[in-house]
Amino acid sequence: MLTVNRYKCGYCGACVGVCPAAALELVETWIEVNDDCTRCGRCAKICPLGALELDKEAKR
Amino acid sequence: MKCDLVVVGAGPAGSMTAKAAAEAGLEVVMMEKRQEIGDPVRCAEGVSKAALKKLVEPDPSWISAEVKGARIRAPDGTEIVISEDRAGAEVGYVLERKVFDRALAQEAAEAGAKVMVKTRALGLLTEKGVPAGVVAQFVGEELKIEAPLVIGADGVESKVGRWAGIDTALKPKDIETCAQFLVQDERIDDDYCEFYLGNDIAPGGYVWSFPKGRALANVGIGILGSKADSGTPIRLLRDFMKANFPEGKVLEMMVGGVPVSGPIERTVADGVILVGDAARQSDPITGGGIINAMKAGKMAGKIAADLVPRGEVDKRSLMVYEELWRETIGKHISRNFAVKEFFVDLTDDDLNRMIHSLDGIDVAELDLKGLLKVLVRQNPKHLLKLRHLIV
Repeated sequence: MLTVNRYKCGYCGACVGVCPAAALELVETWIEVNDDCTRCGRCAKICPLGALELDKEAKR
Repeated sequence: MKCDLVVVGAGPAGSMTAKAAAEAGLEVVMMEKRQEIGDPVRCAEGVSKAALKKLVEPDPSWISAEVKGARIRAPDGTEIVISEDRAGAEVGYVLERKVFDRALAQEAAEAGAKVMVKTRALGLLTEKGVPAGVVAQFVGEELKIEAPLVIGADGVESKVGRWAGIDTALKPKDIETCAQFLVQDERIDDDYCEFYLGNDIAPGGYVWSFPKGRALANVGIGILGSKADSGTPIRLLRDFMKANFPEGKVLEMMVGGVPVSGPIERTVADGVILVGDAARQSDPITGGGIINAMKAGKMAGKIAADLVPRGEVDKRSLMVYEELWRETIGKHISRNFAVKEFFVDLTDDDLNRMIHSLDGIDVAELDLKGLLKVLVRQNPKHLLKLRHLIV
C-alpha cells in the first residue's frame, strides 16, 4: 500500500505528475490516492521531501 | 452554469489564456482549486526581463529584484560570469510569484473573465461522447460548467489532458524534483543569479541562488527524477546550505516538480487544449516555465476566441494551436530537450573541462544559445552530438 505522510508532504503535486495510473490527486494541502494505484513506486522515488512510502512487500 | 470557455488553473498560463479569450469577447470561467492564487509558490521566480516585457507591463509590486548577470560554477569551483542583458535572456527579474500570479488573474478578471477560487475540476462533462465542459467542486459543492472548450492550465499535476485521453504522465527522467528555501544571509550577492553544477551537488540538475533583494535569495535544487530517491532534493539542499550558507536563515520552504520532457505528442483533443506546465512546455535546460506558459496561454486564448464562436472545437480544428506553439516556442523546447538529454549524463570531469574550455574567452555577452555554441566550438569531440542542434 502507498502511504502519504501528511506531516511531511509539501503538497507540490510532483507525485501526481509522474503517476502513470492517474491514481493521485492534489487537493489544496493533501494528496489523495485512489484504487487505481499500481504501487509502481514512481511517486515515492521523485518526492522531494520523501513523504510517500510503499509497504516493503509491495515494492517491486 | 454555461460559458464559452472554461480555463482550469489560474497560474500564468491560465490567466493569460483567460485574459486573451475574454478580451476577444468570449465568456470565460477560470477556476483555481486553491483558495489563494499564487500560493504556495513552486518556482525559483527567475524570468527573462526582455521576454516578460513583451507579454505584460512590469509592475514594481511583483518584481523582487533585478540582477546584473549570472554566475555558473563548475564542480571544482571554477566560475564563469555572464552579464545581464544576455543572461537576461534567461534571468533578469526575480519575481514575487504570489503577487505576480494574482496580478495576472486580476488582469483576466478586468478583461471580463469570471474567476472562481477553491474550485477544483473533477472531470469533463461529455455530450454524445464529446467533452462539453467541466464538473467541479466549488467550496465542497458539485458544480457543472457547460462549455464547448476546456483549456487545461493545471500545471505539473495536470488532469485535464488525461481525462481527454492525452497521456501527460512524466517519466522520472522527464521531471526535475525540486526543493527551495527562501534564505536570509549577508553572504548573498544581490546582483547575481548563481548556478552550481556537479553530480554530488545536484545529480542531473543544478543548485540555484536567485536574489530577491536585501540579502534574501531563493536557494533551490533540482534533481533529475531518474537520479533521485525519496527525499533526495531536501537532503542535498540541506547539505548545500551547510557548505555554502551555514549561517543562512530559512524564511520559507518550497517544493515542486518541473517537467523536462520536451514537447509531448499531443496537446489538443476534442474540446480540450493544454497550456503551460500541463502541456509540458517548460524549458528542459533551465526549468523555466513562466514565459512559455504565458506565450502558449496567449496563443490558446486567441485561437479559442476565433474557433468557439464558429463551433470548431474538434481536435482537427484545434490543431491550429498545436501547430502554432510547436512552430514558435516548441522549436526552442525541442532543442533544449536534446541538449538536456546530453548534459544530464556528464561527469564532473566533463563539466569541469567544459567550464575550463571557456577560460580566456569573453562569455559575458552571450545568451544560453551563444554559450552552447562556444562550448561546442571549444569541445568539438566531446560535444559532437550537440553540433547539429546548436548551429
